[in-house]
Amino acid sequence: MAKFFTKEHEWVEMAGGQATVGISEHAAHELGDITYVELPKIGRSVKQFDTLAGIESVKAASDIYAPISGKVVEVNQALDEAPELVNQGAEAQGWICKLEGVDEGELASLMDAETYGTYLRGL
Amino acid sequence: MEDLKSTPLRAAHEGLKALMAPFGGWLMPIQYAGIIAEHRWCRERAALFDICHMGEFLYKGDIVEDGLEGVFTFSVKTIAVGRSRYGFLLNEDGGVIDDLIVFRLAEDEAMIVVNAATTGNDFSVIRSRLKNPAVLTDISSRTGKVDLQGPLSREIMVRHFGPQIVDIPFFKFIRTRILDEDAIVSRTGYTGELGYEIFLPADKVARLWEILLQEPDVAPAGLGARDLLRLEMGYSLYGSDLDEGITPLTAGLSSFVNMDKEFIGKGALQRELAQGSPLAKVAFRVDSRRAPRHHYEILHEGEKVGSVTSGAFSPMLSCGIGLGLVKPSVAALGTRLVIRHERVEMEAEVVELPFYTGGSLRA
Repeated sequence: MAKFFTKEHEWVEMAGGQATVGISEHAAHELGDITYVELPKIGRSVKQFDTLAGIESVKAASDIYAPISGKVVEVNQALDEAPELVNQGAEAQGWICKLEGVDEGELASLMDAETYGTYLRGL
Repeated sequence: MEDLKSTPLRAAHEGLKALMAPFGGWLMPIQYAGIIAEHRWCRERAALFDICHMGEFLYKGDIVEDGLEGVFTFSVKTIAVGRSRYGFLLNEDGGVIDDLIVFRLAEDEAMIVVNAATTGNDFSVIRSRLKNPAVLTDISSRTGKVDLQGPLSREIMVRHFGPQIVDIPFFKFIRTRILDEDAIVSRTGYTGELGYEIFLPADKVARLWEILLQEPDVAPAGLGARDLLRLEMGYSLYGSDLDEGITPLTAGLSSFVNMDKEFIGKGALQRELAQGSPLAKVAFRVDSRRAPRHHYEILHEGEKVGSVTSGAFSPMLSCGIGLGLVKPSVAALGTRLVIRHERVEMEAEVVELPFYTGGSLRA
Protein backbone atom coordinates (compact mmCIF):
# COMPACT_ATOMS: atom_id res chain seq x y z
CA MET A 1 0.00 0.00 0.00
CA ALA A 2 1.06 3.59 -0.55
CA LYS A 3 2.61 6.02 1.89
CA PHE A 4 0.73 8.93 3.40
CA PHE A 5 2.42 12.05 4.73
CA THR A 6 1.78 14.69 7.39
CA LYS A 7 2.53 18.40 7.14
CA GLU A 8 5.17 17.80 9.82
CA HIS A 9 6.94 15.40 7.41
CA GLU A 10 6.13 12.00 8.93
CA TRP A 11 5.02 9.12 6.74
CA VAL A 12 2.86 6.08 7.43
CA GLU A 13 2.35 2.97 5.35
CA MET A 14 -0.19 0.23 6.06
CA ALA A 15 0.62 -3.48 5.59
CA GLY A 16 -1.26 -6.42 7.07
CA GLY A 17 -3.11 -4.25 9.61
CA GLN A 18 0.15 -2.69 10.86
CA ALA A 19 1.23 0.90 10.25
CA THR A 20 4.94 1.55 9.68
CA VAL A 21 5.96 5.09 10.58
CA GLY A 22 8.99 7.24 9.75
CA ILE A 23 10.08 10.70 8.69
CA SER A 24 10.19 11.76 5.06
CA GLU A 25 13.33 11.91 2.96
CA HIS A 26 12.78 15.64 2.75
CA ALA A 27 12.79 15.94 6.55
CA ALA A 28 15.92 13.80 6.87
CA HIS A 29 17.69 15.94 4.31
CA GLU A 30 16.67 19.14 6.08
CA LEU A 31 17.83 17.83 9.46
CA GLY A 32 21.26 16.92 8.11
CA ASP A 33 23.36 14.22 9.79
CA ILE A 34 21.09 12.43 12.25
CA THR A 35 22.89 11.55 15.48
CA TYR A 36 20.17 10.18 17.77
CA VAL A 37 16.69 8.73 17.51
CA GLU A 38 14.55 8.53 20.64
CA LEU A 39 12.43 5.45 19.95
CA PRO A 40 8.98 5.16 21.55
CA LYS A 41 8.29 2.55 24.23
CA ILE A 42 6.69 -0.65 23.00
CA GLY A 43 3.13 -0.92 24.23
CA ARG A 44 2.55 2.83 24.32
CA SER A 45 -0.69 4.09 22.77
CA VAL A 46 -0.68 7.36 20.89
CA LYS A 47 -3.32 9.56 19.35
CA GLN A 48 -2.90 10.95 15.85
CA PHE A 49 -0.57 13.99 15.85
CA ASP A 50 0.63 13.41 19.44
CA THR A 51 4.37 13.34 20.12
CA LEU A 52 5.56 9.83 19.28
CA ALA A 53 9.37 9.98 19.21
CA GLY A 54 12.29 12.38 19.06
CA ILE A 55 15.10 12.88 16.61
CA GLU A 56 18.35 14.83 16.83
CA SER A 57 20.75 15.93 14.15
CA VAL A 58 23.97 17.91 14.22
CA LYS A 59 21.77 20.97 13.77
CA ALA A 60 18.61 20.51 15.85
CA ALA A 61 16.39 18.39 18.07
CA SER A 62 12.85 17.74 16.84
CA ASP A 63 9.75 15.85 17.85
CA ILE A 64 8.20 13.18 15.64
CA TYR A 65 4.40 13.14 15.73
CA ALA A 66 2.18 10.11 15.22
CA PRO A 67 0.69 10.27 11.72
CA ILE A 68 -2.04 7.91 12.89
CA SER A 69 -3.45 6.70 16.24
CA GLY A 70 -2.37 3.27 17.45
CA LYS A 71 -0.28 1.18 19.81
CA VAL A 72 3.49 0.79 19.37
CA VAL A 73 4.28 -2.88 18.73
CA GLU A 74 7.77 -2.70 17.25
CA VAL A 75 10.62 -0.17 17.06
CA ASN A 76 13.58 0.00 14.68
CA GLN A 77 16.25 -1.01 17.21
CA ALA A 78 19.00 -0.61 14.59
CA LEU A 79 18.64 3.16 14.95
CA ASP A 80 20.06 3.02 18.50
CA GLU A 81 23.51 2.23 17.13
CA ALA A 82 23.13 3.62 13.62
CA PRO A 83 20.81 6.64 13.52
CA GLU A 84 22.43 7.53 10.18
CA LEU A 85 20.19 4.84 8.64
CA VAL A 86 17.53 7.56 8.60
CA ASN A 87 19.75 9.69 6.34
CA GLN A 88 20.48 6.68 4.16
CA GLY A 89 16.84 5.71 3.69
CA ALA A 90 14.29 7.69 5.65
CA GLU A 91 11.40 6.06 3.82
CA ALA A 92 12.92 2.56 3.86
CA GLN A 93 15.48 1.08 6.34
CA GLY A 94 15.24 4.25 8.44
CA TRP A 95 11.66 3.57 9.59
CA ILE A 96 10.98 4.46 13.24
CA CYS A 97 8.27 2.13 14.57
CA LYS A 98 5.20 0.04 13.82
CA LEU A 99 1.71 0.65 15.22
CA GLU A 100 -1.25 -1.67 15.57
CA GLY A 101 -4.92 -1.09 16.26
CA VAL A 102 -5.01 1.86 13.93
CA ASP A 103 -8.05 3.54 12.42
CA GLU A 104 -7.37 3.62 8.69
CA GLY A 105 -10.04 6.28 8.35
CA GLU A 106 -7.50 8.75 9.79
CA LEU A 107 -5.42 8.38 6.63
CA ALA A 108 -7.97 10.62 4.95
CA SER A 109 -6.55 13.61 6.87
CA LEU A 110 -3.04 12.95 5.45
CA MET A 111 -1.48 13.64 2.05
CA ASP A 112 -0.66 11.06 -0.58
CA ALA A 113 2.82 11.17 -2.15
CA GLU A 114 1.75 13.39 -5.00
CA THR A 115 -0.02 15.92 -2.76
CA TYR A 116 2.94 15.89 -0.38
CA GLY A 117 5.27 16.61 -3.31
CA THR A 118 3.14 19.62 -4.25
CA TYR A 119 3.11 20.69 -0.58
CA LEU A 120 6.94 20.57 -0.45
CA ARG A 121 7.27 22.69 -3.57
CA GLY A 122 5.08 25.31 -1.89
CA LEU A 123 7.24 25.51 1.27
CA MET B 1 18.12 39.00 7.09
CA GLU B 2 19.12 42.41 5.88
CA ASP B 3 22.55 43.64 4.82
CA LEU B 4 24.35 40.35 5.15
CA LYS B 5 27.97 40.63 4.08
CA SER B 6 29.53 38.11 1.70
CA THR B 7 33.13 36.92 1.66
CA PRO B 8 35.15 36.86 -1.60
CA LEU B 9 34.46 33.11 -1.68
CA ARG B 10 30.68 33.29 -1.91
CA ALA B 11 30.57 32.26 -5.58
CA ALA B 12 32.93 29.36 -4.83
CA HIS B 13 30.64 28.13 -2.03
CA GLU B 14 27.59 28.40 -4.24
CA GLY B 15 29.44 26.47 -6.95
CA LEU B 16 30.07 23.73 -4.37
CA LYS B 17 26.35 23.76 -3.49
CA ALA B 18 27.06 24.74 0.10
CA LEU B 19 24.21 25.33 2.51
CA MET B 20 24.60 29.03 3.35
CA ALA B 21 23.25 30.76 6.45
CA PRO B 22 23.77 34.01 8.38
CA PHE B 23 26.54 34.04 10.97
CA GLY B 24 27.74 37.16 12.77
CA GLY B 25 26.30 39.42 10.08
CA TRP B 26 27.79 37.37 7.23
CA LEU B 27 26.35 34.86 4.80
CA MET B 28 28.58 31.85 5.48
CA PRO B 29 28.81 28.21 4.38
CA ILE B 30 27.42 25.92 7.09
CA GLN B 31 28.07 22.66 5.26
CA TYR B 32 29.02 21.18 1.91
CA ALA B 33 29.04 17.34 1.86
CA GLY B 34 27.68 17.11 5.41
CA ILE B 35 28.82 18.25 8.83
CA ILE B 36 30.01 14.87 10.11
CA ALA B 37 31.83 13.96 6.89
CA GLU B 38 33.61 17.36 6.92
CA HIS B 39 34.47 16.96 10.61
CA ARG B 40 35.99 13.54 9.93
CA TRP B 41 37.90 14.86 6.93
CA CYS B 42 39.52 17.49 9.15
CA ARG B 43 40.45 14.92 11.81
CA GLU B 44 41.92 12.54 9.20
CA ARG B 45 43.16 14.63 6.26
CA ALA B 46 42.96 18.39 5.66
CA ALA B 47 39.90 20.62 5.65
CA LEU B 48 39.72 24.10 4.12
CA PHE B 49 37.65 26.79 5.83
CA ASP B 50 36.58 30.24 4.63
CA ILE B 51 37.34 32.52 7.58
CA CYS B 52 37.25 35.82 5.67
CA HIS B 53 34.45 37.03 7.94
CA MET B 54 36.78 37.50 10.90
CA GLY B 55 38.11 41.01 11.53
CA GLU B 56 41.72 42.18 11.34
CA PHE B 57 43.17 45.43 12.68
CA LEU B 58 46.66 46.68 11.93
CA TYR B 59 48.51 48.55 14.69
CA LYS B 60 51.54 50.58 13.62
CA GLY B 61 53.03 52.44 16.55
CA ASP B 62 54.99 52.04 19.73
CA ILE B 63 53.37 49.19 21.68
CA VAL B 64 53.77 50.89 25.06
CA GLU B 65 53.84 54.64 24.23
CA ASP B 66 50.80 54.56 21.94
CA GLY B 67 48.85 52.49 24.41
CA LEU B 68 48.33 48.93 23.07
CA GLU B 69 50.07 47.35 26.05
CA GLY B 70 47.21 48.30 28.38
CA VAL B 71 44.31 47.21 26.17
CA PHE B 72 44.16 43.42 26.57
CA THR B 73 44.37 40.90 29.41
CA PHE B 74 47.82 39.87 28.20
CA SER B 75 51.04 41.72 27.51
CA VAL B 76 51.70 42.61 23.87
CA LYS B 77 55.21 43.96 24.41
CA THR B 78 56.44 40.55 25.60
CA ILE B 79 55.19 38.73 22.49
CA ALA B 80 58.28 38.04 20.40
CA VAL B 81 58.15 39.16 16.79
CA GLY B 82 56.82 36.19 14.78
CA ARG B 83 54.66 34.93 17.63
CA SER B 84 51.01 35.36 18.55
CA ARG B 85 49.02 35.31 21.79
CA TYR B 86 45.37 34.66 22.68
CA GLY B 87 43.41 36.66 25.24
CA PHE B 88 40.62 39.12 25.89
CA LEU B 89 39.32 42.65 25.52
CA LEU B 90 37.29 43.35 28.68
CA ASN B 91 34.77 45.94 29.82
CA GLU B 92 35.05 47.75 33.19
CA ASP B 93 33.13 44.92 34.88
CA GLY B 94 35.59 42.32 33.61
CA GLY B 95 33.08 41.03 31.02
CA VAL B 96 34.46 39.77 27.72
CA ILE B 97 33.93 42.24 24.85
CA ASP B 98 35.82 39.80 22.63
CA ASP B 99 38.36 37.02 22.56
CA LEU B 100 41.13 37.60 20.04
CA ILE B 101 44.67 36.87 18.92
CA VAL B 102 47.47 39.41 18.57
CA PHE B 103 50.22 38.70 16.03
CA ARG B 104 53.45 40.57 16.70
CA LEU B 105 54.51 41.52 13.17
CA ALA B 106 57.44 43.79 14.09
CA GLU B 107 58.79 45.85 17.00
CA ASP B 108 56.20 48.55 16.31
CA GLU B 109 53.59 46.55 14.40
CA ALA B 110 50.86 44.12 15.41
CA MET B 111 47.82 42.52 13.81
CA ILE B 112 44.75 41.94 15.96
CA VAL B 113 42.37 39.22 14.78
CA VAL B 114 38.85 39.42 16.20
CA ASN B 115 35.45 37.76 15.82
CA ALA B 116 33.21 38.72 12.91
CA ALA B 117 30.13 39.90 14.79
CA THR B 118 32.17 42.04 17.17
CA THR B 119 34.56 43.63 14.64
CA GLY B 120 32.97 47.10 14.52
CA ASN B 121 32.57 47.47 18.26
CA ASP B 122 36.03 46.06 18.99
CA PHE B 123 37.58 48.61 16.67
CA SER B 124 35.96 51.57 18.42
CA VAL B 125 36.67 50.20 21.90
CA ILE B 126 40.34 49.51 21.17
CA ARG B 127 40.79 52.92 19.51
CA SER B 128 39.17 54.68 22.45
CA ARG B 129 41.72 53.06 24.76
CA LEU B 130 44.78 54.05 22.77
CA LYS B 131 46.75 57.18 23.57
CA ASN B 132 47.15 57.66 19.85
CA PRO B 133 44.10 56.20 18.03
CA ALA B 134 45.61 56.97 14.62
CA VAL B 135 47.94 53.97 14.92
CA LEU B 136 45.05 51.52 14.47
CA THR B 137 43.52 50.67 11.07
CA ASP B 138 40.67 48.29 10.31
CA ILE B 139 42.01 46.14 7.46
CA SER B 140 39.20 43.54 7.62
CA SER B 141 37.70 44.24 4.20
CA ARG B 142 40.99 44.03 2.32
CA THR B 143 42.23 41.00 4.27
CA GLY B 144 41.22 37.48 3.30
CA LYS B 145 41.71 34.47 5.53
CA VAL B 146 41.44 30.74 4.92
CA ASP B 147 42.36 27.98 7.36
CA LEU B 148 43.83 24.66 6.28
CA GLN B 149 43.49 22.25 9.20
CA GLY B 150 44.17 18.56 9.58
CA PRO B 151 47.03 16.08 10.00
CA LEU B 152 47.97 16.32 6.30
CA SER B 153 47.97 20.12 6.20
CA ARG B 154 51.72 20.52 6.70
CA GLU B 155 52.78 18.43 3.72
CA ILE B 156 50.22 20.16 1.52
CA MET B 157 51.38 23.62 2.64
CA VAL B 158 55.02 22.68 2.08
CA ARG B 159 54.26 21.44 -1.42
CA HIS B 160 52.63 24.74 -2.36
CA PHE B 161 54.38 27.37 -0.30
CA GLY B 162 57.84 26.05 0.39
CA PRO B 163 59.93 24.17 2.96
CA GLN B 164 59.94 27.07 5.45
CA ILE B 165 56.44 25.90 6.51
CA VAL B 166 57.93 22.78 8.13
CA ASP B 167 59.56 24.77 10.89
CA ILE B 168 56.63 26.89 12.04
CA PRO B 169 55.95 25.91 15.67
CA PHE B 170 52.55 26.17 17.38
CA PHE B 171 51.45 29.82 17.82
CA LYS B 172 54.23 31.11 15.55
CA PHE B 173 53.83 32.54 12.08
CA ILE B 174 55.90 33.52 9.08
CA ARG B 175 55.52 36.35 6.58
CA THR B 176 55.92 35.01 3.11
CA ARG B 177 54.83 35.52 -0.52
CA ILE B 178 51.79 33.65 -1.84
CA LEU B 179 50.44 34.32 -5.37
CA ASP B 180 52.89 37.25 -5.59
CA GLU B 181 51.37 38.93 -2.55
CA ASP B 182 52.50 39.46 1.03
CA ALA B 183 50.92 36.76 3.16
CA ILE B 184 51.00 35.52 6.72
CA VAL B 185 51.01 31.80 7.45
CA SER B 186 50.28 31.10 11.10
CA ARG B 187 50.37 27.78 12.94
CA THR B 188 47.09 28.40 14.75
CA GLY B 189 43.54 27.20 14.39
CA TYR B 190 40.28 26.27 16.05
CA THR B 191 40.08 22.53 15.42
CA GLY B 192 42.60 20.72 17.62
CA GLU B 193 44.48 19.52 14.55
CA LEU B 194 47.78 20.50 13.04
CA GLY B 195 46.88 23.44 10.87
CA TYR B 196 47.50 26.84 9.44
CA GLU B 197 45.68 30.13 9.15
CA ILE B 198 46.59 31.98 5.95
CA PHE B 199 46.10 35.74 5.65
CA LEU B 200 46.20 37.08 2.10
CA PRO B 201 44.77 40.13 0.27
CA ALA B 202 41.03 39.57 -0.13
CA ASP B 203 41.16 39.66 -3.94
CA LYS B 204 43.57 36.68 -4.06
CA VAL B 205 41.69 34.39 -1.71
CA ALA B 206 39.47 32.84 -4.37
CA ARG B 207 42.55 31.76 -6.33
CA LEU B 208 44.19 30.30 -3.21
CA TRP B 209 40.96 28.45 -2.38
CA GLU B 210 40.86 26.98 -5.87
CA ILE B 211 44.50 25.87 -5.76
CA LEU B 212 44.19 24.16 -2.38
CA LEU B 213 40.94 22.42 -3.34
CA GLN B 214 42.69 20.78 -6.28
CA GLU B 215 44.60 18.70 -3.73
CA PRO B 216 42.89 15.29 -3.42
CA ASP B 217 43.38 15.32 0.35
CA VAL B 218 41.73 18.73 0.79
CA ALA B 219 37.97 19.17 1.13
CA PRO B 220 36.00 22.28 2.08
CA ALA B 221 34.44 22.38 5.55
CA GLY B 222 31.78 24.75 6.82
CA LEU B 223 31.00 26.40 10.11
CA GLY B 224 28.97 23.38 11.24
CA ALA B 225 32.03 21.12 11.25
CA ARG B 226 34.13 23.92 12.71
CA ASP B 227 31.78 24.15 15.68
CA LEU B 228 32.00 20.39 16.38
CA LEU B 229 35.78 20.45 16.04
CA ARG B 230 36.26 23.35 18.44
CA LEU B 231 33.81 21.94 20.96
CA GLU B 232 35.59 18.57 21.04
CA MET B 233 38.64 20.58 22.14
CA GLY B 234 36.62 22.61 24.65
CA TYR B 235 37.47 25.92 22.93
CA SER B 236 35.07 28.73 23.81
CA LEU B 237 32.85 30.32 21.18
CA TYR B 238 32.19 34.03 21.57
CA GLY B 239 28.46 34.70 21.81
CA SER B 240 27.78 31.24 23.30
CA ASP B 241 30.40 30.51 25.97
CA LEU B 242 31.67 34.08 26.31
CA ASP B 243 29.95 37.44 26.31
CA GLU B 244 30.00 40.80 28.05
CA GLY B 245 28.30 39.33 31.12
CA ILE B 246 30.98 36.66 31.72
CA THR B 247 34.51 37.24 32.96
CA PRO B 248 37.43 35.10 31.75
CA LEU B 249 37.83 33.83 35.34
CA THR B 250 34.25 32.55 35.41
CA ALA B 251 34.74 31.07 31.96
CA GLY B 252 37.73 29.06 33.23
CA LEU B 253 40.19 30.99 31.06
CA SER B 254 42.38 32.62 33.71
CA SER B 255 45.54 31.34 32.02
CA PHE B 256 44.97 33.98 29.33
CA VAL B 257 44.78 36.79 31.91
CA ASN B 258 47.98 38.36 33.21
CA MET B 259 47.17 39.91 36.59
CA ASP B 260 50.70 41.38 36.81
CA LYS B 261 49.92 44.05 34.23
CA GLU B 262 47.32 46.82 33.97
CA PHE B 263 44.20 46.51 31.77
CA ILE B 264 40.61 47.71 31.85
CA GLY B 265 38.51 45.27 33.85
CA LYS B 266 41.36 44.19 36.12
CA GLY B 267 39.73 45.72 39.22
CA ALA B 268 36.60 43.61 38.68
CA LEU B 269 38.71 40.48 38.23
CA GLN B 270 40.62 41.22 41.47
CA ARG B 271 37.31 41.48 43.32
CA GLU B 272 36.16 38.21 41.74
CA LEU B 273 39.40 36.52 42.82
CA ALA B 274 38.90 37.77 46.38
CA GLN B 275 35.21 36.96 46.66
CA GLY B 276 35.03 33.85 44.50
CA SER B 277 33.22 33.45 41.18
CA PRO B 278 29.43 33.22 41.26
CA LEU B 279 29.53 30.55 38.55
CA ALA B 280 32.07 28.04 37.29
CA LYS B 281 32.62 26.63 33.85
CA VAL B 282 32.17 22.88 33.46
CA ALA B 283 32.76 20.46 30.66
CA PHE B 284 30.45 17.46 30.72
CA ARG B 285 29.92 14.26 28.83
CA VAL B 286 26.43 12.89 28.26
CA ASP B 287 25.73 9.18 28.91
CA SER B 288 23.97 8.79 25.54
CA ARG B 289 24.09 10.09 21.98
CA ARG B 290 21.74 12.92 22.93
CA ALA B 291 23.13 16.39 22.31
CA PRO B 292 22.90 19.14 24.92
CA ARG B 293 22.29 22.55 23.35
CA HIS B 294 22.79 26.22 24.21
CA HIS B 295 20.42 27.34 27.03
CA TYR B 296 19.38 23.83 28.16
CA GLU B 297 19.06 23.71 31.97
CA ILE B 298 21.63 21.94 34.13
CA LEU B 299 20.34 20.24 37.30
CA HIS B 300 22.04 18.52 40.20
CA GLU B 301 20.01 16.34 42.58
CA GLY B 302 16.82 17.93 41.26
CA GLU B 303 17.90 21.53 41.72
CA LYS B 304 18.67 23.90 38.85
CA VAL B 305 22.37 24.76 39.08
CA GLY B 306 23.15 26.37 35.75
CA SER B 307 22.79 26.21 32.00
CA VAL B 308 24.50 24.87 28.91
CA THR B 309 26.54 27.37 26.90
CA SER B 310 27.58 25.02 24.05
CA GLY B 311 26.70 21.46 23.23
CA ALA B 312 26.72 18.93 20.43
CA PHE B 313 26.96 15.29 19.52
CA SER B 314 30.66 14.42 19.34
CA PRO B 315 31.44 12.16 16.38
CA MET B 316 34.82 11.23 17.91
CA LEU B 317 33.38 10.25 21.30
CA SER B 318 29.99 9.02 19.99
CA CYS B 319 28.13 10.81 22.75
CA GLY B 320 26.82 14.24 23.66
CA ILE B 321 29.34 16.77 25.01
CA GLY B 322 28.90 20.26 26.33
CA LEU B 323 30.17 23.28 28.19
CA GLY B 324 28.13 25.07 30.80
CA LEU B 325 28.12 27.55 33.64
CA VAL B 326 27.07 26.13 37.02
CA LYS B 327 27.24 26.86 40.73
CA PRO B 328 30.86 26.29 41.76
CA SER B 329 29.78 23.61 44.27
CA VAL B 330 28.84 21.19 41.46
CA ALA B 331 31.82 21.82 39.17
CA ALA B 332 34.14 19.11 40.53
CA LEU B 333 35.27 16.35 38.16
CA GLY B 334 32.98 13.34 38.35
CA THR B 335 29.92 15.29 39.52
CA ARG B 336 26.71 13.85 38.07
CA LEU B 337 24.43 16.32 36.32
CA VAL B 338 21.12 16.18 34.50
CA ILE B 339 20.62 18.27 31.37
CA ARG B 340 17.01 19.18 30.67
CA HIS B 341 14.98 20.99 28.06
CA GLU B 342 11.20 20.57 27.88
CA ARG B 343 10.66 16.79 27.70
CA VAL B 344 14.27 16.04 26.77
CA GLU B 345 16.44 14.86 29.66
CA MET B 346 19.93 13.41 29.67
CA GLU B 347 22.40 12.35 32.34
CA ALA B 348 25.93 13.67 32.23
CA GLU B 349 29.18 13.78 34.16
CA VAL B 350 31.69 16.58 34.68
CA VAL B 351 34.91 15.71 32.83
CA GLU B 352 38.28 17.23 31.97
CA LEU B 353 39.08 19.14 28.80
CA PRO B 354 39.79 18.52 26.04
CA PHE B 355 37.04 16.01 25.33
CA TYR B 356 39.05 14.71 22.39
CA THR B 357 42.73 14.01 22.97
CA GLY B 358 43.71 12.32 19.71
CA GLY B 359 44.29 15.45 17.62
CA SER B 360 47.43 16.28 15.66
CA LEU B 361 47.57 19.86 17.05
CA ARG B 362 51.14 19.64 18.35
CA ALA B 363 52.41 17.22 15.73
